[in-house]
Amino acid sequence: MKLDDFPKIYPRLPGAMPIWHGVVNAEELRSLCTQVAHGGGKLFALWGSDEAEQYALHVALVTAPGMLALTLPVSGKHPAFPDLSDLFPAADRMQRSVADLLGLYPMGGGDHRKWLRHAAWPGDAHPLRKSFGIATIFPSGEDSYPFVPVTGNGVHEIPVGPVHAGTIEPGHFRFSVVGERVLRLEERLGYTHKGIEKRFEGMTLEQGTRLAGRISGDTTAGYAWAYAQAVESVTHTTPPPRALWLRALFLELERLLNHLGDLGYLGNDVALAFGFAQFWILKEDLLRMNGELFGHRYLMDRIVPGGVTVDLDSAAAARIAGTLRHIEQNVTVLKDIYYEHAGAQDRFLTTGRVLPELAAQLGLTGLAGRASGLAWDARAQFPCAPYDQLDVQMATHRNGDVAARVIVRFEEVAESIRLVRLILERLPPGETRCAVGDTEPGQLGIGWVEGWRGEILVALHTGESNRIRRLHPHDPSWQNWPVLEHAIIGNIVPDFPLINKSFNLSYSGVDL
Amino acid sequence: MHQIIKQILRTGIKTEAPPQPDEALQLEAQRINERILHQIGRALAIRHVDAGSCNGCELEIHCLNNAYYNIEGLGMHFVASPRHADMLLVTGPVSRHMETALKRTYDATPEPKLVVAIGDCGCDGGIFGESYASCGKIANVIPVDVAVPGCPPTPTAILQGIMTAVSNKAR
Repeated sequence: MKLDDFPKIYPRLPGAMPIWHGVVNAEELRSLCTQVAHGGGKLFALWGSDEAEQYALHVALVTAPGMLALTLPVSGKHPAFPDLSDLFPAADRMQRSVADLLGLYPMGGGDHRKWLRHAAWPGDAHPLRKSFGIATIFPSGEDSYPFVPVTGNGVHEIPVGPVHAGTIEPGHFRFSVVGERVLRLEERLGYTHKGIEKRFEGMTLEQGTRLAGRISGDTTAGYAWAYAQAVESVTHTTPPPRALWLRALFLELERLLNHLGDLGYLGNDVALAFGFAQFWILKEDLLRMNGELFGHRYLMDRIVPGGVTVDLDSAAAARIAGTLRHIEQNVTVLKDIYYEHAGAQDRFLTTGRVLPELAAQLGLTGLAGRASGLAWDARAQFPCAPYDQLDVQMATHRNGDVAARVIVRFEEVAESIRLVRLILERLPPGETRCAVGDTEPGQLGIGWVEGWRGEILVALHTGESNRIRRLHPHDPSWQNWPVLEHAIIGNIVPDFPLINKSFNLSYSGVDL
Repeated sequence: MHQIIKQILRTGIKTEAPPQPDEALQLEAQRINERILHQIGRALAIRHVDAGSCNGCELEIHCLNNAYYNIEGLGMHFVASPRHADMLLVTGPVSRHMETALKRTYDATPEPKLVVAIGDCGCDGGIFGESYASCGKIANVIPVDVAVPGCPPTPTAILQGIMTAVSNKAR
């Protein structure tokens, strides 16, 4: 099948985003993936589902016209699917997770080690199969995981985690080093796996909203919007325009919060504690504003299917404008200080470099991708309302080092401030929420949102009586964690915290 | 350099007064005697452990270090190892994959030690609950002195929980 024919043959899913969905066979799947990989497109997400007696593998690809969602039926007797990791290296961990959670295995080369499974359940049990009850408790076994050994004169290993030295999420990093120089980093994640996908199953569409906002707490607005889009797609609901504009306001405020926090920590990690103090005052100012105006510092549960739960009056708009002015003034000063600080720049420049060629090959995405020359931003390329009226200016850079990721953050802070001002100026009047209709079993709805870290996907498969049969949330960290392993090569161990922070990836969002 | 100094002067001092302890947050009778608490008092070393949270609680714990809450100004600081810690500040739910690591961290913390559970999930398992992958609340895995609800609890609430754990009823 020709790639260009796909949107002609298969229907476009209802909803805000350009997404086409079709059922394909294994040969067509490989062929379409090959065309996308060679045509400059990318793998967005990969997940599986239990379809009673048989299974299905779902693959979301992004290409020029939008997203192609492919479903491959998988036999119950021979639960296998064609390996895609040769075309998209990022598919590797996603495929291994499908093997762990659902018992569908990639045929062909690649890495066959477990990924999300540690010792909480045995290898022949698969939590996302319908026959597996959520309350099933297996006795904990011994966890063993074969890290790739690095040998040679003077090579030794540094194991780090899962409990890290700072206030961050748990994960294990295995460094192989000579002296201070890193030869290889291997990540082992899955420590925060808490059964999110299984928990979604059987929830009503309404109940799922709260859980969707807690997949990765730092991206609560992004996930809530993506979830709302998926629900609105399967229920043929169109939220009122004012609600969409308020969602964009929340998404940009979330981007600002995270970027301000990261810029502070990036200063801290190069011993510029002044930067931490300054940026975290600004972040706190914004958090307090959110709390006062919208009732939650991180805007959790403010975006719901059908619209939003809070509105804005002119006094609130003035309060936001004032806070933004204050932030903008300070960030302008801080940007000059960061850019001109010899000590900071010495640590930022050429550190943790991912060149554009490698970034493209590995499928780096989101903010980190844009710092390595990969010009993807769904707000600019596939703008849903209100982004179709805001003309988002994408920030890109080509150096791919910590310095580039700092610059992209500064530029996105400026752009988000501009967007919030436009939103306040043009916010249409009217309702902020509408009723959500019913849905049929067997529907697929997909949400697609450019969160602060990168693209988020929420795929919703409906069951009986408006309930969730299967839900897969996809965080951009899936793509970017493996690239971090490359970014550190040749750098020194003490630069790892800095490089890691410059990506700032989610653990909870990928451990699920 | 003069830009930095100018900006510091322009920003001024932001630090606010800390909250008072709240006995209602206390889960069990004081396990540590008053004299020791008095010793630890305001020079508390805290080890944070994320035992499986969504990272929402971590965002608010980070804020304790900002200039408004300025936890170090109170003499309390976050340490890199449980061996240096008087208190574990634990967010949850405890995933089954973190159960062993949490127990080991608890065992590595020298006596006398305090545990403060943070967030709705840390208090009762929250939205994730107990399942094949989750042990639920922190108290299901290690002893907890004080539990602070909220999703996520505000920095003030977290600070209040910490202060409660090191306060005593006589105060």
